Amino acid sequence: MPTQPTLTGDATDPTGSAGGTSGPPGVRSRERDRPARGPVRPGVFVKIALMAVVNALGVFGVLAAWREGHMGILAAMVALVVVADWVYFSRRTLPLKYILPGLAFLLVFQVYVVAYTGWVAFTNYGDGHNSTKEQAIEALLLQNERRVEGSATYPLTVVERGGALGFAIVEDGEAKVGTADDPLSEVRDATVDDDRVTEVPGATVLSRQEILRRQAEVTSLRVPVSDDPNDGWVRTQDARTGFLATPTLQWDPEADTMTDVTTGTVYKATSDGSFRNDEGQRLNVGWRVMVGFDNFRTAFGDERYAQPFVKILVWTFAFAILSVVTTFLLGLFLAITFNDTRVRGRRVYRTLLIFPYAIPSFLAALLWSGMLNRSYGFINQVLLGGAAVPWLTDPWLAKLSVLGVNLWLGFPYMFLICTGALQSLPGDVLEAAKVDGAGAWRTWRSVTLPLLLVATSPLLISSFAFNFNNFTLIYMLTRGGPRFADASVPLGHTDILISMVYSVSGLDGTAAKNYGLASALSIVIFVIVATISAITFKRTKQFEEIS
Amino acid sequence: MRRGIPAVAVTLGLALALTACGGSDDDNSGDATSATPGSGDSLVVWVDETRQAAVEVAAEAFENENDVDVELVVKNFEDIRTDFLAQVPTGEGPDLTVGAHDWLGELTTNGVVAPIELGDKAGDFIEVAVEAFTQDGQVYGLPYAIENIALIRNTALAAEAPSTWDAAVAAGQAAGTPYQVLIQTSAEGDPYTYYPLQTSFGAPVFVQNEDGTYTSELAMGGAPGQAFATWLQAQGAAGVLSTDVTYDIAVEAFKNGESPFIIGGPWMVDQFEGLDLSIDPVPSAGGEPAQPFVGVQGFYVSAQSDNALLANDFLVNYIATDEAQLALYEAGDRPPALASAAEEASADPITAGFLSVGEDAVPMPSIPEMGSVWAFWGVTEANIISGAAEPVAAWDKMIADIQSAIGS
Repeated sequence: MPTQPTLTGDATDPTGSAGGTSGPPGVRSRERDRPARGPVRPGVFVKIALMAVVNALGVFGVLAAWREGHMGILAAMVALVVVADWVYFSRRTLPLKYILPGLAFLLVFQVYVVAYTGWVAFTNYGDGHNSTKEQAIEALLLQNERRVEGSATYPLTVVERGGALGFAIVEDGEAKVGTADDPLSEVRDATVDDDRVTEVPGATVLSRQEILRRQAEVTSLRVPVSDDPNDGWVRTQDARTGFLATPTLQWDPEADTMTDVTTGTVYKATSDGSFRNDEGQRLNVGWRVMVGFDNFRTAFGDERYAQPFVKILVWTFAFAILSVVTTFLLGLFLAITFNDTRVRGRRVYRTLLIFPYAIPSFLAALLWSGMLNRSYGFINQVLLGGAAVPWLTDPWLAKLSVLGVNLWLGFPYMFLICTGALQSLPGDVLEAAKVDGAGAWRTWRSVTLPLLLVATSPLLISSFAFNFNNFTLIYMLTRGGPRFADASVPLGHTDILISMVYSVSGLDGTAAKNYGLASALSIVIFVIVATISAITFKRTKQFEEIS
Repeated sequence: MRRGIPAVAVTLGLALALTACGGSDDDNSGDATSATPGSGDSLVVWVDETRQAAVEVAAEAFENENDVDVELVVKNFEDIRTDFLAQVPTGEGPDLTVGAHDWLGELTTNGVVAPIELGDKAGDFIEVAVEAFTQDGQVYGLPYAIENIALIRNTALAAEAPSTWDAAVAAGQAAGTPYQVLIQTSAEGDPYTYYPLQTSFGAPVFVQNEDGTYTSELAMGGAPGQAFATWLQAQGAAGVLSTDVTYDIAVEAFKNGESPFIIGGPWMVDQFEGLDLSIDPVPSAGGEPAQPFVGVQGFYVSAQSDNALLANDFLVNYIATDEAQLALYEAGDRPPALASAAEEASADPITAGFLSVGEDAVPMPSIPEMGSVWAFWGVTEANIISGAAEPVAAWDKMIADIQSAIGS
């Protein structure tokens, strides 16, 4: 922007000249004082339009959160919109203009998820403790209201009398009308048409549309049949027919207890999120509460898990390390081979080698599990001439198969990064080695490999972390099997920690779900992976300094 | 849902992402806004792909008569249970969902499903269908289809239905096919398909009350269970049963005429086109009647539905009709649960065959304890068949493991 005089204060601002649409903030604040300035640049309008969209969406989000009653999200949305407006309209927030989108996504997709997992780890969220206390009480009352056995269904009309909703039913040819406070009583001059009340003096019959508009009121309406509450009440679920029902549980909000009307047993709300009686029996619907470190205690303290846990931990490390090592070595070998200009048709080979990478890994694992079937699999039938090798059902062979399939899946990635790294090696260094009289092996060991490792080791570490949690492969290939013969939990020889979490927490449907325990275990896994990554990165850094 | 984000206006995506996070499932943030509490003008129903068209038929009639929208949300059948459990408490779930009766225990334990009152309609259904959706005397779902397995026979290879397992194996040998009887097994076992054989040894999974409901007391231990285990091992050693036979392999082999018999359900029949089939009871292996599990498919009402009235009306007065039940039957190939519709569907001999086998069947337990059984049951059976485990000891250990899993 040569026409724009750079002011002294902005001379050091490296982005000053690249201000783009909005211009550097410092410049613009002073520009305004100069009335002779030309028309506003179009970029400003673009910015305003975009910010309008952002704000509109923000307001939409706020309203949606309000409607759904998610106050936390509402607060977060308001904060984000305010921050976004401040950042993009203020003149002092240049770096933030670039960082904010990334920062916001980090907050939403990383920090929020991690915090939420952390919170769940300290609750009893799972089967039987799925929702809030209000909902649990509501569900219990709903489940424990019984239709009186052998009672009839009544053709039912919804009426409004004196501002309150009521029901009009026909019993033995007589019309009866009642409201929540006013038990059913006979109405002589009501019009009954085809077994259904169509008109009641002193009350309006609600139309279908009105009923639908007030359906929550209608379904929660209970009209007692007499002054004695034990006789039950009439209720309806479709506003066409009514039936006689009595509750078996009564909720006392003052004492925070549920009373079983038929037996008189009192269930008290307890701190573990359920109603219990004195004998310790609990009602089946509970709610979520904080349980402190209980989940972590279960994860390590339950002796049924202790023994398999150690085996699985060892195998997880072996699996992750061996996977990285084997795929890296094969990828590197192929990369070196196809990097040699003497190989003809290198491009074709390279394209073919990427092939396993192009197939979704879960699909590939499924295919492999079919190919490794003992009696019908391609490997045994075609390649081994009908040998019944138990690839997936023998503990050691299953481990070998898992590693083999992961090698097949993983080497193209290593091949790609090694090829990239090899091609970016400075030619002069290799030249110098040659001049110094180093042979091919010596050059490779002392020059190529160290330089290559510097470039690829962060990727190797991330590959380790990925394989440490490579749930897809295990689940699709062996489902953790073959099962440990001596353990009393459904875990097997090829289970890794993450698939253990999946099965222990009941997410696979073989046990009662326990999200709290699952979260606690994933935090443990996170700590392990994070520690290892931190240590390795530190060592890589030293390595980098040496080279 | 992120398809409309201009790359520059990142906060736009952020706004959407944040609303989605509230629902802990971004697929359905759209539904959430349409199922506005109290709006009362739209009924949200979760269906899977096969049933979508059939439910639409019933929905159309309902929409015309009541001037309301029925919004069908198509989901994977496997995802429905988990999503329903997770979303109903947040108020973002549907008003209605399709589901299987054996989810019931989990749904009631978590308080996400509301009882429905079938009224006099209850008598119009096949008894076992309503029974399956009943817990503690309350009905929690409207059944629309029942399904059970049976012995599917290729009449070209075996002219008569075998009455015992040994007769079936003998008939298979006489037919000279590679397999005598096909049963899907796999390395994890398939206790559902093996259940009729197990019951023929007098070893049902749980003790049943007189009214057909299940207690949480295991009944498959002891001598009958051990006899079944020993039998499994013998069949495995003789090569009749094999853990290498997966569902795909079994169906493929039967389709190619490699066995006169396969134990399976109505969902397989589609693939056997061109074969002349007969549906017979599963032959007894242990002397007692072989009772398969009955699974019942139905619709559940959400406990947090703001449209409970509409939802119940739709189920009781529109889904519980011959027309809707037959449409669902056409879509899913499972016999209808409404007796009159089932009768009409019985014009097809295959359907009639499965229905008549189902008459002697027992509902699959829907008690929460059932969830702890599957993981041990199948693998133990598979290990016994493959010879990896000693039958009696393995069976006893399985019983102990299940008991400790239920207790924990």
